[in-house]
Amino acid sequence: MGEVKGQSISRNLFSKPNRTNTKKKMNIKSILLFTLLAVVTVIQLYPLIWLVLVSFKNNAEIFGGNVLGLPKVWNISNYISALTTGNVARYLLNSVIVTGSTIIISSILIATSSYAITRMKWKFSKLTLIIFLLGMMVPIHSTLLPLFIILRQLHILNTYTALILPYVAFALPMGIFVMTSFLEGIPRELEEAACVDGCNIYQIFYKIVLPLLKPSLATVAIFTYLSSWNELMFANTFLNDPKFATLPVGIMSMAGQHATEWGPILAGLVIATLPSIILYIPLSNQVQKSLMTGAVKG
Amino acid sequence: MDKILNNKKAIFIFVFPAMLLFVIAVILPIIISTYYSFLDWDGIGKASFVGIKNYMTLFVNNTDGFVKSVQNSFILAILSVVIQLPLALILALILARGIKGEGFFRTVYFIPVIISTVVIGQLFMKIYNPDYGLLNIILKNIGLGKYAHAWLADTKTALFATFIPIIWQYVGYHMLLMYAAIKSVSEEIYEAAKIDGASWFTMASQITIPLIKPILQVCTVFAVIGSFKSFDLIYVLTNGGPLHASEVPSTLMYSTIFNKYMYGYGSAMSTFIIVECLVFTLIIYKLFKEKKAKEA
Repeated sequence: MGEVKGQSISRNLFSKPNRTNTKKKMNIKSILLFTLLAVVTVIQLYPLIWLVLVSFKNNAEIFGGNVLGLPKVWNISNYISALTTGNVARYLLNSVIVTGSTIIISSILIATSSYAITRMKWKFSKLTLIIFLLGMMVPIHSTLLPLFIILRQLHILNTYTALILPYVAFALPMGIFVMTSFLEGIPRELEEAACVDGCNIYQIFYKIVLPLLKPSLATVAIFTYLSSWNELMFANTFLNDPKFATLPVGIMSMAGQHATEWGPILAGLVIATLPSIILYIPLSNQVQKSLMTGAVKG
Repeated sequence: MDKILNNKKAIFIFVFPAMLLFVIAVILPIIISTYYSFLDWDGIGKASFVGIKNYMTLFVNNTDGFVKSVQNSFILAILSVVIQLPLALILALILARGIKGEGFFRTVYFIPVIISTVVIGQLFMKIYNPDYGLLNIILKNIGLGKYAHAWLADTKTALFATFIPIIWQYVGYHMLLMYAAIKSVSEEIYEAAKIDGASWFTMASQITIPLIKPILQVCTVFAVIGSFKSFDLIYVLTNGGPLHASEVPSTLMYSTIFNKYMYGYGSAMSTFIIVECLVFTLIIYKLFKEKKAKEA
């Protein structure tokens, strides 16, 4: 032991005279690494910055040679025409309704079923959990056509429900995965105390358990928000009526119809992205964590 | 307490709605889809059972470009594994060793991940625009104007032009997964290596990368499976065109079902995609396991 210690001390002593030298080397290396990171930052961010810049330009600037630079005049007319004639306000409302309902309904279902699976005593609790978790493997492609036919049979194509139902269903596996493992880590004493105090099962769930679940409900809600806010394939298939179109579908049809109206289209893209960015800036760590939970299952 | 937790009515109320919805919207459709894949059906008229004929059509004397679309998705998978993942790993290694602005870079690289694929698709459509697009203008400005052209309309470039935003969008996601794994490696291991005079590169290749193998495996699975299933960006940018140049299985499946009304044949495509994903997940797990065994 003493020998090892002595060695490392002597090494430190030896390296001392060289320190300035290595420091310089470190600096050059740091600068190189920093440059690399900066280049990647530009690659990742510049397209998005460009999007914002162009969304404030008028046609004369976009098609007249100033595609690259800052707008000469920052005008918000693109945003106004996107929201009004481009119907983006409508799509935004639809997206809020669909995503909002999806988050609320899925959170309730995930919390109740996870509680019953981890805490309550019944024969098929393990099997139920396994069935839900297998759902994480299912790609939405495989369900597209049958779902389309089922929803048609139920006469709910072209309603908000046509999207909310499948979005909630596909949010369940991941949510139950996160929530059951979170519940396993919560001690049962509080619930037992509530039981002694004469609470029934619903009171225990609502008053004791639900408040404790808040942090993992937030994780699940972020995940659900992003997947339903951005979803395209279902939305494009189950809603033909532009009245119900969510942002991804609505913006695609707007861009298809007015292909040359770059300003309003790009303004629409900014509007569609803004809620996610607003969510992301204060909660970036939370959002990153939430999206990583998907990988843990692997 | 046990009596309360045995309450069958409460269990039913808690679990049944979720289970019912899950069965209707996830389980049942998979079974139905597999069943459809053995039918010849246009969705309106009478369906007739044709056995594995649809699957034969996918590969034997295939005329609708399905084989080509599978090839394209393989190209995307290979590009993801050899470009996206190494880039993500390098970034993760650099960031995780604690450089100034670590949190900022991490946050910025992740931004594209949270943005809708439709937004990214539309944005890149404008970037690729032959006349006013960002890309051609930059090329002209730096004197490479002769290379400027209609990226998405040319059969030679359409495929790679659609792949670039896909790879661009998810570099940050893989980076973050790897970064988190690297951060969870105990500091003490590095301290010991530092005392032994190991360079950063040796530490990365000898210590970090072997230790984060489980997450590298997950990333590889995600990248490959994600490529096989990719739909959104290609649908927005080219819808598989021009002349099937950028077609992938899921865009072809979509047009087969919803434009050509070949429900049975389209379902065979979707079943193929699922089986393909499962098989490749197993293969990747196997490959990683063998590597592990060799090292041991």
